[in-house]
This record gives sequence, C-alpha cells and structure tokens, in this order.
Amino acid sequence: MLSASFTPYSLAVPVSVESSTAIYRALKETGVRIVSALPETWLVHLIRMAEDDDEMTLVRLAKEEEGVGISTGAHLAGVKSAMLMQNHGFLAAINGIVSCGQLYRIPLLMLISQRGSFGEQDPWQCEGGGVTEHVLEALRIPFDRLEAAEHVGKRIAKAQTLAHSASRPVALLLCRDLMWDD
Amino acid sequence: MRRLDALQAVYPELERCVVVTIMGAVAAELQSIGHRPNFFYLQHAMGLASSVGLGIALGRPELQVVVFDGDGSLLMNLGGLTTLARYRPRNLVHVVFDNESLLSVGGFPTATSTGSDLAEIAKAAGVPHTATVRGLEEFREAFLAAQKRDDLTTLVAKTDAVGPSGYVTDLSLLENRYEFARHLKQLGRGE
Ligand SMILES: Cc1ncc(C[n+]2csc(CCOP(=O)(O)OP(=O)(O)O)c2C)c(N)n1
Repeated sequence: MLSASFTPYSLAVPVSVESSTAIYRALKETGVRIVSALPETWLVHLIRMAEDDDEMTLVRLAKEEEGVGISTGAHLAGVKSAMLMQNHGFLAAINGIVSCGQLYRIPLLMLISQRGSFGEQDPWQCEGGGVTEHVLEALRIPFDRLEAAEHVGKRIAKAQTLAHSASRPVALLLCRDLMWDD
Repeated sequence: MRRLDALQAVYPELERCVVVTIMGAVAAELQSIGHRPNFFYLQHAMGLASSVGLGIALGRPELQVVVFDGDGSLLMNLGGLTTLARYRPRNLVHVVFDNESLLSVGGFPTATSTGSDLAEIAKAAGVPHTATVRGLEEFREAFLAAQKRDDLTTLVAKTDAVGPSGYVTDLSLLENRYEFARHLKQLGRGE
C-alpha cells in the first residue's frame, strides 16, 4: 500500500505535460491504437495518457524487445502501433528490430527518449546518449529529433508516413529541450 | 512423440486459426505438411513468436491465434510470458514444443534438459491454464481443449529431438509475410 504522503514520481520531476500531450495527440492522429511501453521518467505522462484512454491499448512490457514482436503482430493484423522506450531500451531491443522489424519489413514507429545528452544529470544515463544516433545510423534506421513543440505534430506524421511507404522501422528521438521543463 | 506427428494430429484444427511459428525445424515441418495463408513463420528473432502472437491477439480479438514456440526460443523471452499472462488474450493458444534442445542449430541441450520446467514457469508467470503433455493423443486432446477454452493456455508438449534434414524452404520470408497480412485483412472483411 502507498502511504498517505506518497508523491507520484511523475509529479516530482519536471517532465513536460504540454509536450507529452502534443506527442500523444499526434500519435493518435496518425491512427495509433496500440502502444507498447517500458517506463522511464521522461515517458511517465505519455504512458499515463495511454493508460487513461479507452481507445488505446497499452501493453506494459517486461523488456523492450517484446514490443517489436507485439508491433509486428499488430501490423500484420492491420492495427497501427507505436513503441515508447528510452534509448537504453532501444539498445536492448536491437536484435528484434533487425531480425523481425527489418527482416520482415515492418512499419515500426519507435519513440525513443534521448537520455544522456547535454544537460543530463543522471550519471548512469550518459553512455547511451553518445551511441544512440550512431547505432540508428549503423542500422540504417531513418530518424529525426523532436526538440521543440513545433516539431511534434509534423514529424510524427511524417515518420509514420515513411514507416508505411518504406515499410521499415523508423525512430523519433524525444530530446531534452522538448521533454524536460527546466 | 515426434513433433511432426503432433503437428499432423492438430493440422485440421489450424484451418480456422491464425498460426505463428518459430524459425527452423518447426517452420519446415509445418510447411512439409502443407502451407496455408494463415500460417506465419517468424524465421529469426528468437523469442518473439509469442509476442507477435500477442500483438495479433490484441489487435484482432475475433481471431483465434495459435503460437508454436520452442523451448530454446521461449527461454530467450521468459519476460514475454509475464506480458502474455498480464494481458491474458483469451483468443491465444501458446504451444511450446519442448525437445530439450536447440535442434535447429545442432541439437545442443537447453536448460529444460536439466530440469527447468516451462509449464511451471508459465504458471508462475500467471498464465491461467498450463499443462505438460507427452503422448500424441494426450497432446491432441489438450490442444482441442485449449482451443475450446476461450482463455489463455500454455501447453508444453515434450517431443523427441528429431526434425527435418533441412530448414530452408521455397517459401520466401517476405512472400509469407505479405500473404499472411493480406489474408488477415480479408478475414476482417468476412471473406
Ligand atoms: C538471437 C539468436 N541467437 C541464436 C540463434 C540461432 N538459432 C536459430 S534456431 C535456434 C534454436 C531454436 O531452438 P528451439 O526454440 O528450442 O527450437 P528447435 O530448433 O529445437 O526446434 C538457435 C539457437 C538465433 N536465431 N538468434
């Protein structure tokens, strides 16, 4: 049981509700109906929104790679989906992305919080930030960055369009300036 | 029990289902009995067959999904069992052919050969119905019961570590993938 003085972690950290709302809205506008997620601080509002939305199926994962399988199944079944994870989760999902998403040409929309960039305060997040974009490039995964409010709607829609026209996994990096109100 | 015989025993029941298999020996065996457009063979990505099955089951609750998994594959995604149990798709039957080995890559033994019990693991993960079966008739009956149950079942079928001599078939991966997706779309239109 939670004690009376319990403060949800999400309220104690300045993750942008406004940006999260804009991202969530854009996902829905592109037709996403299943979101698989593994929480991390920057994603708390997005995950709550999916949880509270009757039109969305939120799949809470034990490990990010499962999300690739779930999105693959959803796509084959004709349902649009997206994955929410941090960059270390992306690193944990790579074989699934290559051996399932890419091998089977699955339009997989990955929203990846780009931890470990300038401004990062958590020492343990710092290695992933430096390698994420290089790994995306090595995997030939088209990606773009969401850094400001004006990027959100357009870039999510464009990412979804390319994922489907190219029939390939694509990624959007959720960056600090967008996600963190400090 | 040979896995090929087990597949043969339930093959007629697969016609009205959507089937996802793991790579290698199982995929080749099912194709040797007869490929159908409602069969999808996940020819790599060890562990993810059950996750693909979950994605289909959640996306299309009206379809009956069957996953043919393997012990080595499932051991690579044990966390996925907890996710499967958590969402408890009532339209999914999860069969694990446990030959206690990585048959498709030389037959090296897995941990089920030294006592790890996948049905117990699935049960402890929260899968509501689990069983281990050893004989052909027992398998067929348990499979039919699982299909009728309208709830999530993980059925572990202990099989001999024997399989086909080769695993590459003339069905290309992408041909299979697009045919399968198109077939599911048609099912949605009631055709
Ligand atoms: C990540 C990864 N590691 C290793 C392999 C090589 N590999 C291909 S099939 C296989 C064994 C699969 O074992 P199991 O699921 O028990 O099925 P079986 O071959 O026994 O039918 C392995 C290890 C792989 N495909 N992917």
